[in-house]
Amino acid sequence: MQYYETKDLADFPNIGEWTSAEAQKFFDYYARATGDGKLTEREKSLIALAVAATQNCPYCIDAYTNKCLSLGVDKEEMMEVFHVGAAMMAGITLAHSTQMRKIVKKKEM
Amino acid sequence: MDAREQLSVLDNICRQRFIDTLAANGQYPLKATGVDVLQMNICRKCNLFCNHCHVEAGPHRTEMMSKSIMENCLDILLENEISTIDITGGAPEINPHLEWFLDNASQLKRRLIVRSNLTLLLEEKYRHFIDTYVRNNVEIVTSLPHYKADGTDKQRGKCAFETIIAVIGKLNERGYGKEDSGLVLNLVHNPTGFYLPGSQSALTHEYKSRLLKDHGVHFNDLFCITNMPVGRYLQHLLKNDTLADYMMELIDSFNLAAAENVMCKSTISVSYDGQLYDCDFNQMLELPIETNAHIRAFDMETMRHRKIVLANHCYGCTAGSGSSCQGTTAREEK
Repeated sequence: MQYYETKDLADFPNIGEWTSAEAQKFFDYYARATGDGKLTEREKSLIALAVAATQNCPYCIDAYTNKCLSLGVDKEEMMEVFHVGAAMMAGITLAHSTQMRKIVKKKEM
Repeated sequence: MDAREQLSVLDNICRQRFIDTLAANGQYPLKATGVDVLQMNICRKCNLFCNHCHVEAGPHRTEMMSKSIMENCLDILLENEISTIDITGGAPEINPHLEWFLDNASQLKRRLIVRSNLTLLLEEKYRHFIDTYVRNNVEIVTSLPHYKADGTDKQRGKCAFETIIAVIGKLNERGYGKEDSGLVLNLVHNPTGFYLPGSQSALTHEYKSRLLKDHGVHFNDLFCITNMPVGRYLQHLLKNDTLADYMMELIDSFNLAAAENVMCKSTISVSYDGQLYDCDFNQMLELPIETNAHIRAFDMETMRHRKIVLANHCYGCTAGSGSSCQGTTAREEK
């Protein structure tokens, strides 16, 4: 058995196995949250792609790359999304240096 | 690749036959419900050579509908209440009888559609067709695979986007694509790669805002059409070794609501030589209607109750939100 097989993406609808009621609530919420709202479906798909990238989820990257393509997003736009994710992750990491610097300053004589 | 080879390739790659999927969903045999659309493919010759074209149209093709077959079509339209006349090709303007046909067909007061690639309408020889379309209140449908030049040119050829936008501008000047003008200009989106089209409403929003902002042009509706695994697109799928993945996506995305609304149930497609088919895709795959009839043997009662001829390419019309010459066929989920 291998981890992260491409065909596993097709298993996503089956996550309700053994807990169908909870899964149904999740799928309803998921459809509502990612569908057209005040933000367009296209904008939400770009956000989802950025989250997928920063969370290192190969299934979500696959699904949302395809969805972005189907909504007319081009490759340059998608690459910009990855840079936003990368910049955010770098910023989040560096922002946490505050904790380190605060502790260091407290400990310094 | 000839029609028989294409059908054989699709048979070998599909894990489940389309008719079995329909049967499992209580939809087989698929029967016609009437004839609302007479679609006429009046030539396979085209000035473009698009890489998604199921007709495999191009400058090298010679098939052309004669005036006599067009007269047969007019007779059938006169005798029967068929609400829509849908003319396609190739590039329909190349057929020397198109203008004559439109001037006559418009008198029947039906919905009259021409699927034009628009690019010929800047040429001296074909420029007058804009007047012809206005005069006959022709609804124009044109393919614009993407709202950016790169995507469209990749599929339709160098500078196609720029030319199409220029012609849309000229059509807008005549009222086409403007609300309340009565002159309708619809665009067709189809994916520029090996994936299904996205939400028609989302893409319509994007096309409308981008084309207006970037190019100042208007249109009425956007039809999202799935690329069928037929003709030149099938060859690209094979060349890129993506046919199996694409067919799996079509099969996994089978949508009963789309199957219930497939266009073939209410369409008859006529080829350049007068042979009848259930749709333009069947025409290219040489799968004539059940009775193998010619336009001269058109009988409305037989057509209305005929059994649709199906093969595995039909998965293209039932995947996701569905696909037809008028765009999606299943209501989009909210």
